[in-house]
Amino acid sequence: MVALAEAITTPAVGAALDIEHVSHAFDIDGATLPVLHDVSLAIQPGEFVALLGPSGCGKSTLLRLVAGLEKPRAGALREDEVRITGPHPSRVVVFQDPTLFPWRSVWDNVALGLEAQGILKSQRARVDAVLDLVGLSSFRNAYPHQLSGGMAQRVALARALVNDPKILVLDEPLGKLDSLTRIAMQAELVSLWQREGFTTLLVTHDVEEALVLANRVIVLSDRPARIKADIAVQRPYPRHRGDPYLSDLRKQILALLGLEATW
Amino acid sequence: MSTYSVSDTQAAVAPRASLDLAAIRSGSYATGVVASLVWAAFGVSCLYWPDLGDWSRTQSLGIGAFIIAAFVLFGTLAADFLGAAGLALRKRAPWLVAFGAFVTLWEVATAKFAWLPLPFFPPPQAILEVYTDDLPKLLDSVLASIKLQLGGYLIGASVGFLTGVSIGWSQKIGYWVHPVLRFIGPLPATAWLPIAFFTFPSSWSASTFLIALATGFPVTVLTWSGVASVSNAYYDVARTLGAKPSFLVLKVAIPAALPHVFVGLFMGLGSSFAVLVVAEMIGVKAGLGWYLQWAQGWAAYANMYAALIVMSLLCSGAITLLFRTRDRLLVWQKGVVKW
Repeated sequence: MVALAEAITTPAVGAALDIEHVSHAFDIDGATLPVLHDVSLAIQPGEFVALLGPSGCGKSTLLRLVAGLEKPRAGALREDEVRITGPHPSRVVVFQDPTLFPWRSVWDNVALGLEAQGILKSQRARVDAVLDLVGLSSFRNAYPHQLSGGMAQRVALARALVNDPKILVLDEPLGKLDSLTRIAMQAELVSLWQREGFTTLLVTHDVEEALVLANRVIVLSDRPARIKADIAVQRPYPRHRGDPYLSDLRKQILALLGLEATW
Repeated sequence: MSTYSVSDTQAAVAPRASLDLAAIRSGSYATGVVASLVWAAFGVSCLYWPDLGDWSRTQSLGIGAFIIAAFVLFGTLAADFLGAAGLALRKRAPWLVAFGAFVTLWEVATAKFAWLPLPFFPPPQAILEVYTDDLPKLLDSVLASIKLQLGGYLIGASVGFLTGVSIGWSQKIGYWVHPVLRFIGPLPATAWLPIAFFTFPSSWSASTFLIALATGFPVTVLTWSGVASVSNAYYDVARTLGAKPSFLVLKVAIPAALPHVFVGLFMGLGSSFAVLVVAEMIGVKAGLGWYLQWAQGWAAYANMYAALIVMSLLCSGAITLLFRTRDRLLVWQKGVVKW
C-alpha cells in the first residue's frame, strides 16, 4: 500500500459515467434479439454501483458497452462528458473468468496494460506495487496454471488496477470463487475502492454481495433490460451481513426480482 | 488477506521419474554386471568363430566390444563416485543388456553361421568398415543433406508461419489464400518432383522448393487454426487495457497459437524428410538419399544400412532439437510430451 502510494504520485479519482437512453440488440439467426431497452443512468465520480438482474438479462452487455468493446444501437455513453467510442485503459474490466494469459508469468500478466500502452519501461515499479497490494509478490514468477482460483482473480484485479482506472468495471468477478474466498475478496474490493477512489460498476446476481459492497443498487428487469429500481444503500463500511437494514433491502430487492416466495 | 501455501506451486515440480530412479539406485549392481558380460560375449562371438566372409574389421570390433564391456563394468562398480554419469549408466543398463544381446545375435546370425542370407544381411563389422573406410563420402553426403534440408525447412517454416498468421488474422487475405491452400496443400510434395526438376534452374533449388512446400503446408494450416482458435476473451482483455492491433497479433494471437505452430513444425519436419530423401534419390547428386541409391546400384548392402543408421540419427536429432526449442518456449504449458 505504501509502495503503491509512492509509485502513483497522483491518486486516481473516479470519473462520472453517464448512460443516456441506451438500447442494444443482437442479431441471432436473422432475428433481432433486444437486450437493453432505453437504459439511462447517471453515476457520480467515486460511486460504487451494483447492477442486479436475472440471469441473461443483459447486465454483461451493458458492461461491454461501458468498456467500449461494443457500440450501442441507440443512445450514448459518456465518461466525464466524453463520448465512449472504444476501449480505453481508464475503463478497465475484470471479467468473471480471470482470463490470465497462460504464457505469461504473473508479473507479465499484471504488466500487460502498461506494455500495451508502451509505458512499461518507466512504470515497472507500479507492477511491483500492485502485486504487493493484492498480496501476490511472492508469486510474481509463477504461471497462471500454478495459481488457485482466488489467486488468479487477484492477479486479474491487479492487472486492472495497475492502469490506474477511473472506472473499474467488474463483471461478476467473484462469481466462480468458493464462498470463503469470496467473502475475503469482497472486503478487499471495498478497501481498494475506498483507498483509490475510482468509480466502480459491478455486475452481480448475488443480492447480498451487491448490498455489502455498493452504495447504489440498480435492479434490472428481464430481457430486454430496463431499470426497475434505483436503490441507495446508506450504510457505512465495513458492513455486516446480519444488519437488519440490509435484510430489509434484500427482501425488497428479491421481491422486485419476483423471488419474494423464497424469503 | 487470506493465506496461501507455497506447496501449490511446488507440487508440480516433483519429477515423476523419481520412483524409477529410486528403484534403480536401490537395486544391486547386477544389471550393469550383466550388461558388461553381454558385451564381453559379443567380443567373444566376434573373435572365437571364423568369419564366413571377407571382412577386415572383425578383430577391431571384437576388441571394441571388450573395451565397452570394461567401461560398463568400471562404470557400474564406480557408479557412486561418478555422479550424474554413473546414474545415467545405471538408468541405461537394461538397454545396454538388450542392445549387447542384439548385436551378439546379429554377429552370430550373419558373419559366423549365416542364418540370415548374405550379402543382404551384412554383419556389424561390415557396417563398421563402411564408417571407417568410406567416411569422407558419407560425411559429404551428411553435410549435403543437412544443407538442403535446413534451407528448405527454414524457408517453408517461415513462409508457412507468416501465411498462417495472415489468414488466421485477416479475412481478406484468407479469402484469397484459403482456396489456393485447399487446392495445392493436400497434394504430396513429391508429386511435383518431375515438374520441379525441369522448371527450376537446378536440382538443388527444385529440392529446396519441394522441401519448403512439404514443410509449409502443415505449418500454415496449424498456425492458422491456432490463431483462429484464440479465445475472444483474450482480445477483449487486451483491448480494454489499451492494446493496438499490432499488439493483439504479436503479443496475444501468436503466443496463444504457439502450441499449434509447434505441432505444424513437427508434422512439417516429418514430411520434409520424406521429400528430402526422394529428391536426393531422384535428382540431386548428393546427400544421404543419393548415397543410398548409389549403394544399391553397387549392391553395397552394408553401405545402405550404414547410411540408414546415420539418417535415422539425423532425423531423430532434428526432432529432438525441435522439441527442446518447444520446451523452452512453452514452459508455461502443462503436460507436454517428452521426446
